[in-house]
Amino acid sequence: MTVADLSVSASGLSAPPAQAAGADLRLVALTKRFGEFTAVDDLHLTIPAGSFFALLGPSGCGKTTTLRMVAGLEEPTLGQILLGEADISATKPYRRPVNTVFQNYALFPHLDIAENVAFGLRRRGVKDVSAKVNDALELVQLGGYAKRKPAQLSGGQQQRVALARALVNQPSVLLLDEPLGALDLKLRRQMQIELKRIQTEVGLTFVHVTHDQEEAMTMADTIAVMNAGHIEQMGDPTTLYERPATTFAANFLGQSNLLAARISGGRGAQLTSVVVQGRRLALPTERISSAGEDLWLGVRPEKLLVLPAGEDLAGRNSLEGTVTDASFMGVSTHYLVRMPWGQELTVVQQNDGSAPLRTGDHVVVAWDPVHSFGLDATQDAHAGEDIGDTGGAGS
Amino acid sequence: MSALAHVPSRSSGSATSSGRVGRRRATPYLLLLPGMAWLVVFFAVPMAFLASQSLQQGNIETGYVLTWDWQNYVSAFGNYWPQFSRSLYYAGVATVLTFLIGYPLAYAIAFKSGRWKNVLLVMVIAPFFTSFLIRTLAWQTILTTNGWVVRFLRDVGLMHLFQLAHLVNNNVVLGSQLAVITGLTYNFIPFMVLPLYASLERIDIRLLEAAGDLYAKPWTGFRKVTLPLSMPGVVAGTLLTFIPAAGDYINSTLLGNPDTTMIGQVIDAQFLRVLDYPTAAALSFTLMVTIVVMVMVYVRRAGTEELV
Repeated sequence: MTVADLSVSASGLSAPPAQAAGADLRLVALTKRFGEFTAVDDLHLTIPAGSFFALLGPSGCGKTTTLRMVAGLEEPTLGQILLGEADISATKPYRRPVNTVFQNYALFPHLDIAENVAFGLRRRGVKDVSAKVNDALELVQLGGYAKRKPAQLSGGQQQRVALARALVNQPSVLLLDEPLGALDLKLRRQMQIELKRIQTEVGLTFVHVTHDQEEAMTMADTIAVMNAGHIEQMGDPTTLYERPATTFAANFLGQSNLLAARISGGRGAQLTSVVVQGRRLALPTERISSAGEDLWLGVRPEKLLVLPAGEDLAGRNSLEGTVTDASFMGVSTHYLVRMPWGQELTVVQQNDGSAPLRTGDHVVVAWDPVHSFGLDATQDAHAGEDIGDTGGAGS
Repeated sequence: MSALAHVPSRSSGSATSSGRVGRRRATPYLLLLPGMAWLVVFFAVPMAFLASQSLQQGNIETGYVLTWDWQNYVSAFGNYWPQFSRSLYYAGVATVLTFLIGYPLAYAIAFKSGRWKNVLLVMVIAPFFTSFLIRTLAWQTILTTNGWVVRFLRDVGLMHLFQLAHLVNNNVVLGSQLAVITGLTYNFIPFMVLPLYASLERIDIRLLEAAGDLYAKPWTGFRKVTLPLSMPGVVAGTLLTFIPAAGDYINSTLLGNPDTTMIGQVIDAQFLRVLDYPTAAALSFTLMVTIVVMVMVYVRRAGTEELV
């Protein structure tokens, strides 16, 4: 869907700014240094027009700096920002066809809701302001609030006003800086669905910065996982989750069990055989993103099955161990299973009605080889781990 | 649950708890007491005296009688309206000048001063370490006829312009309207800068980023966001400058001439030299009422109560 389709969509947000509408956003060798500290390091990125793109990473990874450079609030040290064919790197923020939904919303406290939303339209001398403002407020379901002041609205409502104030300008790119960070969990879930609906409805390019992996996966078409100023991996949520390419991506996006493995007998056509602590396991050859013989064999906790010792496990990877912790969560049970060499694997078992295992039980952990992935053994197995855990809680 | 648990204790020990409740109710009044007492003794009572004095007749030897004679007001205003309107005019000009000088200064301190912020603020307050009188006397030296300020004004031709506008007399600055207004402006600048700084400093810089993001050029962002949000400071600063400046009698005494006499000087003279208390009281009251009315109109029009 392009911006041109907008006029027929129910929103009635028509007449986009003439230039650069529906253009791809490209970042070329974008770099930002603050003194000695490199916040964004040689970033190359193409964000297709009309997509919902998420920049996901822990705080301090450079995602907000990247966003601010696109908005024009920060000047790049090196590199270019291109919108279609136009280089906007040196363009003043007030001349860029880009609008931002700020983290704290930054609503003008002295103006009512309608005037807040109208602010950008009035600056550009657009005609028919009140009709456009009403449409934008209807779009975010705040039709009756035009005459209120921002302080009279709840956090969720203020967030919607900030969104309407940016959307009404029909920017080529809409930037969202942790837009849901200040909302409570329930409201955040609701706004995730809402944001996705609005993006689909208006068809603008959304670039969404967040540290919350769940938020990114729920909404975005494409996620770029950022760490220490560069992009670790980019792809659609499913690919990122099922086939992480680095240990950081594997740990930050959900959880992973990583086992130190060594290829034995070369790479097979379909499956490659590896040895983990003297036990033979297999993984699909095409899911190995490491050139060497050593690798991290990774598998997601919910792909693992815990079975009482002695079950028939033909064709599966299996490891024996002891249950050291079991936490019942209702829909699932989380187990920690200690391997003979001391490592603990995390297992998430669906609640299928079978009797839960107890601490101290001897079990077999088994999984289908196709669910394994192989990562470069030179990477830190714990990269992105702790920050990934707190990601869902928000801060 | 906890609400229920409190009910019996409140109903049973009613004697002690009602005493406690009574004391709790009294607390705000007790806190108000010193301030109220001060206001009554030093403001309300003298005000009543002044009001009564303005309606009396007689003189200092034979004593005064309350006659409810409004003639005092008519004659006082009739005799001194030039000084009266001059005071409001000088105070108004000085307020505009302090605003024009003070706003950029407060803006620079609030947004652009970085680590020099505290030093600059101290420099704004520093004149208060010397007395008002001394500082005004210092301006006599600064504006002296052979001083470099006056020579500079002559050399660049500004003196000629001031002369044309009747701001100075015979190319001399001291003892002119210009000197009085300069003195007023100088003396009240901190009262303008400090409230302006306080309200500018509170403005979230991200609001200006948002304005820029929404196509406002820097100057438009200032007009549409910074200026409206600093209005409480503008109102406070102009009131703190205009009100005392209108009643000031030091600047025109030390820096002016008989043609620049302000109403404060007249009241001073009527009270302390002529000893015509009813006229002095009537002038004081007229000045006060005029200023209160002007302030009310001004605050209503500035609409600051909607801002916060």
